[in-house]
Amino acid sequence: MSHKSMVTLDGNEAAAYVAHMTNEVIAIYPITPSSNMGEWADDWSAQGISNLWGTIPDVVEMQSEAGAAGAIHGALQGGSLATTFTASQGLLLMIPNMYKIAGELSPTVFHVSARSLAAQALSIFGDHSDVMACRATGYAMLCAASVQEVMDFALIAQAATLESRIPFLHFFDGFRTSHEVTKIEKLPVETIRAMIDEDLVADCRERALNPDRPKLRGTSQNPDVYFQGRESVNPYYTATPDIVQGVMDRLAALTGRQYGLFEYVGAPDAERVIALMGSGIGAAEETVDHLVAQGEKVGLIKVRLFRPFDPARLIAALPDTAKCIAALDRTKEPGADGEPLYKDILTALAQAHGEGQIDRMPRVFGGRYGLSSKEFTPAMVKGVFDALAQPTPRNHFTVGIIDDVGHSSLEWDPSFKSSAIQNVTACVFYGLGSDGTVSANKNSIKIIAEETSNFGQGYFEYDSKKAGAITISHLRFGPRPINSTYLIGDDEASFVACHQPTFLTRYEMLDKARPGGVFLLNSHTPPDQVWNDLPRRMQQIMLDKALTFYVIDAYGIAAETGMGRRINTIMQTCFFAISGILPKDEAIAHIKEAVKKTYGKKGQRLLDRNYQAIDATLAGLRQVEIPAEVSSTFDRPPVVPDDAPDFVRRVTATLLAGQGNQLPVSLMPADGTWPTGTTRFEKRDLALKLPTWDKDLCTQCGKCPLVCPHAAIRAKVYPADLVDSAPEGFLHATIKGKDFPEGYQVTYQIAPEDCTGCGLCVEVCPIRDRKNPEHKALDMVAAERIHEQERANWDFFLTLPEYDRTRLDASKIKHAMMMQPLFEFSGACVGCGETPYIKLATQLFGDRMLIANATGCSSIYGGNLPTTPYTTTPEGRGPSWNNSLFEDNAEFGLGLRLAVDKQSAHARELVARLADRIGSELAETLLSADQSSEAGLHEQRDRVSALRECLAGIEGPEARTLESICDQLVRRSVWIVGGDGWAYDIGYGGVDHVLASGRNVNLLILDTEVYSNTGGQNSKATPMGAVAKFAAGGKPTFKKDLAMMAMAYENVYVAQVAFGAKDVQTVRAFMEAESYDGPSVIICYSPCIAHGVDLSNNLRQQDMAVNAGHWALFRYDPRRSARGENPLLIDSKPPSIPYRDFTNSETRFSLLNRTHPEAAEHFLQLAQKHVTTRFDLYEQLAHLAVQKAPSSE
Amino acid sequence: MNLTTHYLGLELKNPLVPSASPLTKSLDIARELEDSGAAAIIMYSLFEEAITAESESMVRFLHQQDIGFAESTTGFLPDHQDFENGLERYLNQVRALKETLDIPVIASLNGVTDSGWIKHAIELEQAGADAIELNVYYVAAKLDQTGTEVEDLYLKLLRDLRGQISIPINMKLSPAFSAVGNFVTRLAAAGANGVSLFNRFYQPDIDIGRLRLQARLTPSTSAESLLAMRWIALLHGRIQGLSLGATGGIHTAEDAIKLLLAGADVVHVCSALLDKGPSYVALLLADISDWMQEQGFQSVEDFRGRVSALSIPNPAELERANYLNVLDSYSPAAGVRV
Repeated sequence: MSHKSMVTLDGNEAAAYVAHMTNEVIAIYPITPSSNMGEWADDWSAQGISNLWGTIPDVVEMQSEAGAAGAIHGALQGGSLATTFTASQGLLLMIPNMYKIAGELSPTVFHVSARSLAAQALSIFGDHSDVMACRATGYAMLCAASVQEVMDFALIAQAATLESRIPFLHFFDGFRTSHEVTKIEKLPVETIRAMIDEDLVADCRERALNPDRPKLRGTSQNPDVYFQGRESVNPYYTATPDIVQGVMDRLAALTGRQYGLFEYVGAPDAERVIALMGSGIGAAEETVDHLVAQGEKVGLIKVRLFRPFDPARLIAALPDTAKCIAALDRTKEPGADGEPLYKDILTALAQAHGEGQIDRMPRVFGGRYGLSSKEFTPAMVKGVFDALAQPTPRNHFTVGIIDDVGHSSLEWDPSFKSSAIQNVTACVFYGLGSDGTVSANKNSIKIIAEETSNFGQGYFEYDSKKAGAITISHLRFGPRPINSTYLIGDDEASFVACHQPTFLTRYEMLDKARPGGVFLLNSHTPPDQVWNDLPRRMQQIMLDKALTFYVIDAYGIAAETGMGRRINTIMQTCFFAISGILPKDEAIAHIKEAVKKTYGKKGQRLLDRNYQAIDATLAGLRQVEIPAEVSSTFDRPPVVPDDAPDFVRRVTATLLAGQGNQLPVSLMPADGTWPTGTTRFEKRDLALKLPTWDKDLCTQCGKCPLVCPHAAIRAKVYPADLVDSAPEGFLHATIKGKDFPEGYQVTYQIAPEDCTGCGLCVEVCPIRDRKNPEHKALDMVAAERIHEQERANWDFFLTLPEYDRTRLDASKIKHAMMMQPLFEFSGACVGCGETPYIKLATQLFGDRMLIANATGCSSIYGGNLPTTPYTTTPEGRGPSWNNSLFEDNAEFGLGLRLAVDKQSAHARELVARLADRIGSELAETLLSADQSSEAGLHEQRDRVSALRECLAGIEGPEARTLESICDQLVRRSVWIVGGDGWAYDIGYGGVDHVLASGRNVNLLILDTEVYSNTGGQNSKATPMGAVAKFAAGGKPTFKKDLAMMAMAYENVYVAQVAFGAKDVQTVRAFMEAESYDGPSVIICYSPCIAHGVDLSNNLRQQDMAVNAGHWALFRYDPRRSARGENPLLIDSKPPSIPYRDFTNSETRFSLLNRTHPEAAEHFLQLAQKHVTTRFDLYEQLAHLAVQKAPSSE
Repeated sequence: MNLTTHYLGLELKNPLVPSASPLTKSLDIARELEDSGAAAIIMYSLFEEAITAESESMVRFLHQQDIGFAESTTGFLPDHQDFENGLERYLNQVRALKETLDIPVIASLNGVTDSGWIKHAIELEQAGADAIELNVYYVAAKLDQTGTEVEDLYLKLLRDLRGQISIPINMKLSPAFSAVGNFVTRLAAAGANGVSLFNRFYQPDIDIGRLRLQARLTPSTSAESLLAMRWIALLHGRIQGLSLGATGGIHTAEDAIKLLLAGADVVHVCSALLDKGPSYVALLLADISDWMQEQGFQSVEDFRGRVSALSIPNPAELERANYLNVLDSYSPAAGVRV
């Protein structure tokens, strides 16, 4: 056996390691949770790390997974060893090529972190829905159940595909395995080399397309031979199970780890057996071990090779004594008579029985579990075994949910624990995504796993929010490998840490603590008073479980030692100081070593600060004396107010409380329809500082509501008498200007619990106090100073009426900002550069808006449960929203338009036909209405109401039809919203087609110049020289000029905007685009945290992008052409600052200076030239004289 | 044609030395500069404060940006293992330039106060720098600070540096001194081997749309070189062992020739190269040679300082303020009755 090298890594890195080592061409595309595999491969190649054959794999990002699969198909035909990584919808996009690749018997391995498919909703979490959709492609399917197996099976798949010529889909559970960090044995290069047969690699070259030995594949076959051709591959599939087993045996000889196609564990005389594949095996095996030790006759079949399915080996693995088998599938096939694994096992047994190979036919039951990473615990496994013990076990059951609709669910006893937890130290950490809790914990696992003989496991639960997101880290340590593939449960954790004091009243953290455990709290409250910060229930649990209580003022120490708000090292130090997992001094030395590794090359000062923080932590950590009795007078406040709508109280509130697992099926909308306007019930209260308004200094320009990413600062104009009932301290001023009735009051009001404290409103405020230039009409002040007052003010503000839209001139920012935003309090990042655009659109057009939203950040903050930010006017109108897919959004939006247009046309036909009965005047005005203004729209709505009333008295099918579609007589505004990943890359074909369609749709492209939602991967919108994931060596090509491409159609309205640089131009572009009766596209510059800038500088960065020529502002309006004018108007000045100044201000560019300075300078020179010449080109276009067509005379 | 000149004790093949600019960040461009005839190269400035800020932002965005949602669990930017800090990168670039080029390489330190960075000068010397230019960027905005105090600040930095290294030191100065001549004399006494006159600072501009300041770089113009020309003409040959470099606004061969006539040992070019590319050096040199041929000069020494205070009949002209000169031009010719 080779020398053992233990490493701590996650499933994605394990797969990528083998894939990078054994391939030459790697085509990638980002999709959660597989993106990291591509990132590793790209990063390793950028660092010059070579594969088994001493050459650096060529890692190429494609425009979609379909593109990646096509490129792999080509690379394979070119004779290369090629691979890709994907999941979910990405895998579905690869299916057409997978048939081709399998049909041509081309060896390759696709590594898949299996994930749910988008159905009633998208989910990024893990199950087998995606891989099960590939069963018919002809790929072999090999499933790894743990991180160690991911590394081993990646190699087994690679070796087996070369030998069998059958392409492999190597899959493992998304998140549970792809993101679990654990200590495994790394496959040494010599083992990998020994497993790969060079002759088989040479065979791939031999089969390649080569003009020196010409051949032809991809023929078109006809009824005479196609069928026979399909059958010709059978021998290859028949041989594959033996080949895989042979490869597994070879790996066993080299590593000592023996795998089988089907492995059995449990009682040799088991009567009840569970069969499943994937990470659930960990929980199932623990349970089987536990129950067998108690004398129960139970067992487990671990399914490894699912395709080609080998019934003989399955039957060989199954004990003869088995009476009942539960085949568990982590997928759902609606309408099927059972899921795939169940059916295959049932078929295998029935065939064997029918052919006399087995005497007795065990009863087989199918069940579903674990969809979208739903927990699958030993308690649930026991629930399945218990069900099998029933005289008539339920078939087609579910486990892990409460199904009160189909009554499929099994009951289980949540208090059941497997004995495996006894040898394990479990620790749970509650932190914020931004406070470094996760990275500190990953580091702790590394320290413990790599510096001691202990094994460690880390799994991280993430919130869906981007700003103020909670992360819960589940860490286990123990002397043996840890296979507990489920979260740390109640009463299991010997260490519970709360890194954020605000969590005390939000989460029931101490449920997880085991009796006698430790609770560590980060709090500013002194140790002798902190007890009183705990709610009653928490105090009671501490007393009941006799917990030890420690407190540290981590933010205080971080501030003192120059660490800012970064508390990761501090909390990590506390963990090691208290937990005793390692001797304290040794542990501290390791933390310092880790800190040095991370920061050492980045500057001594940073290193020193971390060291100081560690020392200060040790000095500042205090044990709290726990009183004998509960003394608090408060408990956790209700999640939503009592007067919230019924659905919100029953469903949304449960989700908000983190209790969504308890919601039964009956409370789920069956078709995925959810109410809007629910973010207002989720008071996240993130801001440490809040803006405060100086009503006397303010000039009422309206810029602050415009830039607010979360619609947390609002403007309203209202009659003066309404302030009579205002709370004391409510601010208002007389509205300036003649556009409003005299004496009307205006208030710029913040929503203190919805503000994230980004400070952009203060940044944009142009008005300074001349006597005190530090003071503006908006200032940031400590939140606690004004929080309560502003809460009362906000509640009152909500009661004020909205101003009459028909009297506002939306082309003026001040006016437009008096319109109610119908997109509020989203979970977008603090300072998000995208959301102000969406909010603006909802202000201007929201009450008649249909939104097609591409998958990405905007679909996540737009539609990620528990709450939705799209909301309604007091009349109940508002945007109606849906997210179809990533790749089809333009087409999806066009479909909405087609529906609207068809129904509207039909309604008009019916109005004309029924004119006599509804009155010719109403009919005439309905059909000829001018709806180009708010007033016109308002009048048309009144007419439609009149029509409805009228129709109620008219009989006949035409009247009924008209009733159902007469809403469409009011002009609809169809918006197609998405990011650059969609518009420039995966959805570009659709974007192009929709622009060419001439139909009246508005494309809102939120250009962050990177795939933001999946973590910052390069797109065709990424500028030259920017570093991004998948472009670790800097993007070597120019940003695609999408605007120019759209302008080439000549009948498309095109605008390029940046609200932080020129807000008036942005508003104008929105108005023009919407009013244009044809396709419009607005490309919006959207600074993103992925740029490596603090988004408090969002506006400055937009300004710099424009001034450096990176982002020219312009509007191309085909209506101007029709008037004989040049359609293009340039709205920004020629570049006035060096491009270098812009790039120096963003880490995405300056990072390259650090890693590849030569390339960075080279790109900079090219980019500088490029932006100048491009601006010149725009200017020239804008100044071209419009030629008159020659007259026929 | 002999173009050789002496500068900071180094013998240079000609008097054209590209001044500190980002061009030296690329070895290819540096090589192109040398091939085009540049006599020495002054590297981009090592600015300790910028380096510190840069490392902080790197740490901030590479290690502290995990904003913690499930789709981006590893931050947004790839963190390379081969991360270099600014100082390392600079030292590596000194070494690389020394290996690549035959012409002298002058390192440039930029700073205001000694926050510890001066000690890096030793490392620069060890890395092979032929000389160090100290670029002091200081706007004396404090109302209670005297001119002498500002000068002392420069002198302290210079002395500290002199104590660290034995290679030549050049001081790059701003024009904002009340007595340039005296100050330069004191610098020479404190160990400076040369001075460059004058540094150009970025001037903040006002954005009238937003009522706020904005940074704006306006490239220099030839007219600006006249400021240096006067002082070089005044100082040439009067301070023993002190090299004079002319910088700021040198765009054409004519500009360069004027400064050499005033007495500069070298002329520095920056904006013109950023604008026209490294090969512009060759063009400038060719134009200077052509002019020398026309004028009948065999070497730079033949004409250097010919129009300096020491060599012109009426040196007081250099001292006159512009206002008087303008009035003077209205004076009638001698012997003409008005």
